[in-house]
Amino acid sequence: MSETRELSYAEAIHEAQILEMGRDASVILIGEDIHGLTLGPYAEFGPERLWSAPISESGFTGMAVGAALTGLRPIVDLLISSLLYVAMDPLVNQAGKLRAMTGGQAKVPAVFRCGLWHGSSYAAQHSDRPYPLFMNSPGLKVAIPATPADAKGLLQTAVRDDDPVMIFEDRNLAHERGPVCEGDAPVPFGQARVHREGSDVTLVAIASAVREALAAADDLAREGISVEVIDPRTLVPLDRETLLGSVRRTGRLVVADPAHRTCGAAAEIAALAAEEAFDALRAPVARVTTPDVPIPFSPALESKLYPSQQGIADAVRRVARY
Amino acid sequence: MPTPRPELLIEMQRRMWRVRAFDERAVELRHAREIHGPVHPSIGQEAACVGACMALREDDTLTGNHRSHGHPIAKGSELGPLMAELLGKATGVCGGMGGSMHLADFSVGSLGETGIVGAGIPIAVGAGLSARVRGTDQICIAFFGDGASNHGTFHESLNLAAIWKLPVLFFCENNGYAATTSLARATSVEDVAERAAGYRMPGVVVDGQDAVAVYEVTAEAAARARAGEGPSLLEAKTYRYLEHAEGEGIPGFYRDAAEIERWRQRDPLEIHRQLLLDRNLLDAAGADRIEREARAEVDAALAFARESAEPEPRAAFDVVFANSGGSGT
Ligand SMILES: Cc1ncc(C[n+]2csc(CCOP(=O)(O)OP(=O)(O)O)c2C)c(N)n1
Ligand SMILES: [Mg+2]
Repeated sequence: MSETRELSYAEAIHEAQILEMGRDASVILIGEDIHGLTLGPYAEFGPERLWSAPISESGFTGMAVGAALTGLRPIVDLLISSLLYVAMDPLVNQAGKLRAMTGGQAKVPAVFRCGLWHGSSYAAQHSDRPYPLFMNSPGLKVAIPATPADAKGLLQTAVRDDDPVMIFEDRNLAHERGPVCEGDAPVPFGQARVHREGSDVTLVAIASAVREALAAADDLAREGISVEVIDPRTLVPLDRETLLGSVRRTGRLVVADPAHRTCGAAAEIAALAAEEAFDALRAPVARVTTPDVPIPFSPALESKLYPSQQGIADAVRRVARY
Repeated sequence: MPTPRPELLIEMQRRMWRVRAFDERAVELRHAREIHGPVHPSIGQEAACVGACMALREDDTLTGNHRSHGHPIAKGSELGPLMAELLGKATGVCGGMGGSMHLADFSVGSLGETGIVGAGIPIAVGAGLSARVRGTDQICIAFFGDGASNHGTFHESLNLAAIWKLPVLFFCENNGYAATTSLARATSVEDVAERAAGYRMPGVVVDGQDAVAVYEVTAEAAARARAGEGPSLLEAKTYRYLEHAEGEGIPGFYRDAAEIERWRQRDPLEIHRQLLLDRNLLDAAGADRIEREARAEVDAALAFARESAEPEPRAAFDVVFANSGGSGT
C-alpha cells in the first residue's frame, strides 16, 4: 500500500490530472482561462498539452470529441455545469452517440470536468446540478465524487476509460480535506462506496449530500437508528448490486440527491428499488432532493433548498418509524 | 498550383461516377421504400467532394454532414458496406446503427458524418489539434453546406483553428440552398468565403463543377496546413439537382425549373469527361467504360447489401461503450 496523506478535494483533482498527464502523453487539457496553470506544476508539459481556449464552449467541446476520435485523451475543463447547456450537442449528440452510430468504429476517450457551484449565491444560471440529464443520455458515463480520495481516483479512471466521462465536481467540497493515497489510486467505475454500515435504513447520498448524510447518521445513531450510508460514486454505470443488496437487508431506503426532484438521480434509484426489491421494502422510499425551482440568489431563499443534515435525518426518521 | 497527374484525373472521373451511380440508386431505393429514413443526394455536387478528397492523403481525415454519401466514396470507401448501411444491414459500415445521414468509415479516415448541421466542424478542428499534438502532418477537412456557415459552431471553429494555426480545411459545399432557404435569404455575405477575413485565413471561391479546379485549390490549402501555416476556408459553388432529401415530399416552390436546367448544363461529370477527351487521356469508349464500371460496382454493392443479414437485436447494446460497465440497459 502506498502512503496516504491529507489533501483537499481541489488538490486531489489537480494531483490526478498531473499524474495522468505525466503517465500518458496523449492526455491534454482544454478549457477557459487555464493558461495560468502553466505557471505552476503543469509547466513541464509544455504548451502543446494545455489549450487555454476562447469562450467557445460548443467549439472546444466539439474539438475534444475530434481529438478523442483520433488518438488523444482530452480533459475538458467546463468550469461551471450551467455552461453545459451551451455545449449540449457535442456532449450528447456527438460524444455520447458516436461509438454507437459508427457501429463501434469510434472511441471517444474524453473527460468533461463539470463544476457544481450551487449554494454560493450564484443564482439560477450558475447553480445547476444537471447530472441526471446525462444519465438519461446513453453513451456517457457519469461520475460524481464526494471525497478527496474519490475525486482523485475517479478522475484517474475517467482519463484511462475509453468512453466519454462526465465528472461532476461539487465545489462545496473543494476545501474538504481527507486521506488520499500517493501515486496511482484509480477508483473503479460502477463500485459504490459504503461509507458507514448500518442495519435499519439504507441512505444513498450523492455529492455534497454525502457529507450531510454522514452527519445525519451520527445523530440518528444516538437515537438508536442504525443507518447504512452509500455513495454510488458513478451514476453511469450504477452499482445496482450494492444498492439493492443493502435495501434487501434494511428494507428501507432514503435517497439524498442535490439534483432537482423530477427525473433526478434519486428518482432513478427509487425506481430501481421499487422494481427490483419491492418484496424487501418495509416502508415507502423517501427522496430528499432540491425542489423544482430555478435556484434563487438570496441566501435566505437558497440555503433551504438542498438536502441538509436536518432534512435527511427527518426523512430517515419517518421511514424508520413507518 | 499543384496539377493532378493523368492517372489521378482518370480516377477522379471514376469516383465521381461512383458517387453519382450510388446516389441515383439510393434515390430509387428510397422512393421504393427499400431505404428507410431520409436520403440526401449529392447528385450535381460530385466534383466538389471528389476534387477535394483526391487532393488529400490516405491518412488525412474528414468530417461531413447529412449529405453524407459523397464524402466517404470520394475518400475511397468500398461501396458494399456503404450500401448495406443504407439498407440497415449487419454488414453495413456502421453495422446498421448510422444509416444514410451518418456514414463513417474509419478505414479511409472518414470520422463520421453528422445529422446535426454544423456539428462536424469543431470535430474536424479537434482532429487537426490531435494531429499537431501527436506530431503527425495529417490534416482534417470539414465538409459542410452553405446553411451550416450560419451556425455558431462554424464561427467558433474558424476562430479556434485560426488562433492555434491548426491543420484544418473548412470546405463549404455551397449548393445555394439550406433545404428550401436560399443563401441570399439567410446569409449576410454573397460568398461564404468572405467570412474567412474575419478570422484572418485565406478564403477561396472555386468553381465546384470543375473537379480539377477544386483539386488545385484544395491541394494548395492542404500544403499550407501541413506546413504549419494554418487553416483555410474553401467554398465550392455547386448545385444539387434533386430535392434536399428525396422521398420526403419537400415542396419545390423555392426554385424554378430553368435554374435547375442551367446548372445541369454545367454537369461536373460532363465537364471532366470533356477534359479527359481533350487531353487524350481517354477515348469516348474509355470514358463510357468508367460509367459502366461504376454502375456495375453499385449493382454489386446492392446485391451484397440485399444478401446480407439484418443485425441481431443485441447489436445496439454492444456498441454503447468501449469499456465494460454500464452497457445499455
Ligand atoms: C442544427 C440543425 N438544424 C436544423 C437541421 C435540419 N436540417 C437538416 S439539413 C438542413 C439544411 C442544411 O443546409 P446546408 O448546410 O446548406 O447543407 P445542404 O443540405 O445544402 O447540403 C437543415 C435545416 C439539422 N439537421 N440540424
Ligand atoms: Mg446548402
